[in-house]
Amino acid sequence: MPKFQDENLLVGFDSSDDAAVYKVREDLAIVQTVDFFPPMVDDPYVFGQIAATNSLSDVYAMGSTPATAMNLICFPSCLPVSIMGEILAGGYAKVQEAGAIIAGGHTIEDEEPKYGLCVTGFIHPKDVLTNAGCQVGDALVLTKSLGTGILSTGGKADLLTDGEYKRMVELMTTLNKNARDCMVRVGAHACTDITGFGFLGHAYEMAAGSGMTLVIDSRRVPVEKKALELAQEGIIPGGAYNNRGYLQDDVEMGAGVSLELSDVLYDPQTAGGLLISLPEHKAPELLRQLEEFTGDARLVGYVKPFDGKSIVVK
Amino acid sequence: MADNNVVDARGRSCPEPVILTKKALSKNGNKAQVLVDNQVAVDNITRFAENKGLKVSVTKGDGEFKLTIG
Repeated sequence: MPKFQDENLLVGFDSSDDAAVYKVREDLAIVQTVDFFPPMVDDPYVFGQIAATNSLSDVYAMGSTPATAMNLICFPSCLPVSIMGEILAGGYAKVQEAGAIIAGGHTIEDEEPKYGLCVTGFIHPKDVLTNAGCQVGDALVLTKSLGTGILSTGGKADLLTDGEYKRMVELMTTLNKNARDCMVRVGAHACTDITGFGFLGHAYEMAAGSGMTLVIDSRRVPVEKKALELAQEGIIPGGAYNNRGYLQDDVEMGAGVSLELSDVLYDPQTAGGLLISLPEHKAPELLRQLEEFTGDARLVGYVKPFDGKSIVVK
Repeated sequence: MADNNVVDARGRSCPEPVILTKKALSKNGNKAQVLVDNQVAVDNITRFAENKGLKVSVTKGDGEFKLTIG
């Protein structure tokens, strides 16, 4: 592929970041992202909420807030059009909650439904939080519990109780808005959101982007108990094995980390939380502020100079 | 299903092969042979069976795998 050069492109394709950032003026940049996928739950309204939460997340992960969004929808002609209406209504509800607007969109016919958003936000160029800003001694905070990929796989086989299903949906429909606001108030060096490459995949992008080693204390990482149980039973999505495969040379997995816990650390997440790298002395204040919105946020590790492996899990 | 408890899970994607294996094992004294056609199914069934304390051996054929459990 040709490489595009533009001095105003502050964050582009090369750095595996969450969204593109383009400088418009010295004091203004736009943040752009697009994401869409097929349903992982049967309820169309909930699917719309999940897809929108996931799409909006990339803007929050850059430290920005969504301003406008455009619908992207693929829909089969054999399904009642009311289902498309429910998907869109779920998406609208989340965009509204984000304080953004839906400004348009595009629909095409396809065999399987797919939905997502193209989202734009604004930010001062100096406030952009990329993957690449981790500094030695930073603390790492994760704002949502892990396991939604495994839980969704279990859901397909009706292996979840009503309570477990609700918890999974809650995780995938919680906007990263409050987490972003807390992060920006307290001040951070780097941020990413946890999605398809799993916790360790996105942690790796941060480590590699910053040229550092991220040390993860696996006992502190918030994980769903049910996801650990399902992993033991072999209810693991293919993406988790792919993530493990991609990262095998870059992750040092401690001998004390159980196989099922490592499965959850590699599990692809939908609309996962933010992974925030910030000065250690600010971490208690961030956790205190996050507590107002979630019981899941945890200090999960720290940043040290690169020592041969991008990620060390203890 | 044949006498030697063969599960044909070819053409099925996860979690189906694991669920079919689970059913076959509980019906037939924790022994089964399972045919699958993707590595994820091999890995998931192996996770499941080994976690139950069962032995698993895998033979690879032409684009498919045979798992012998128990």
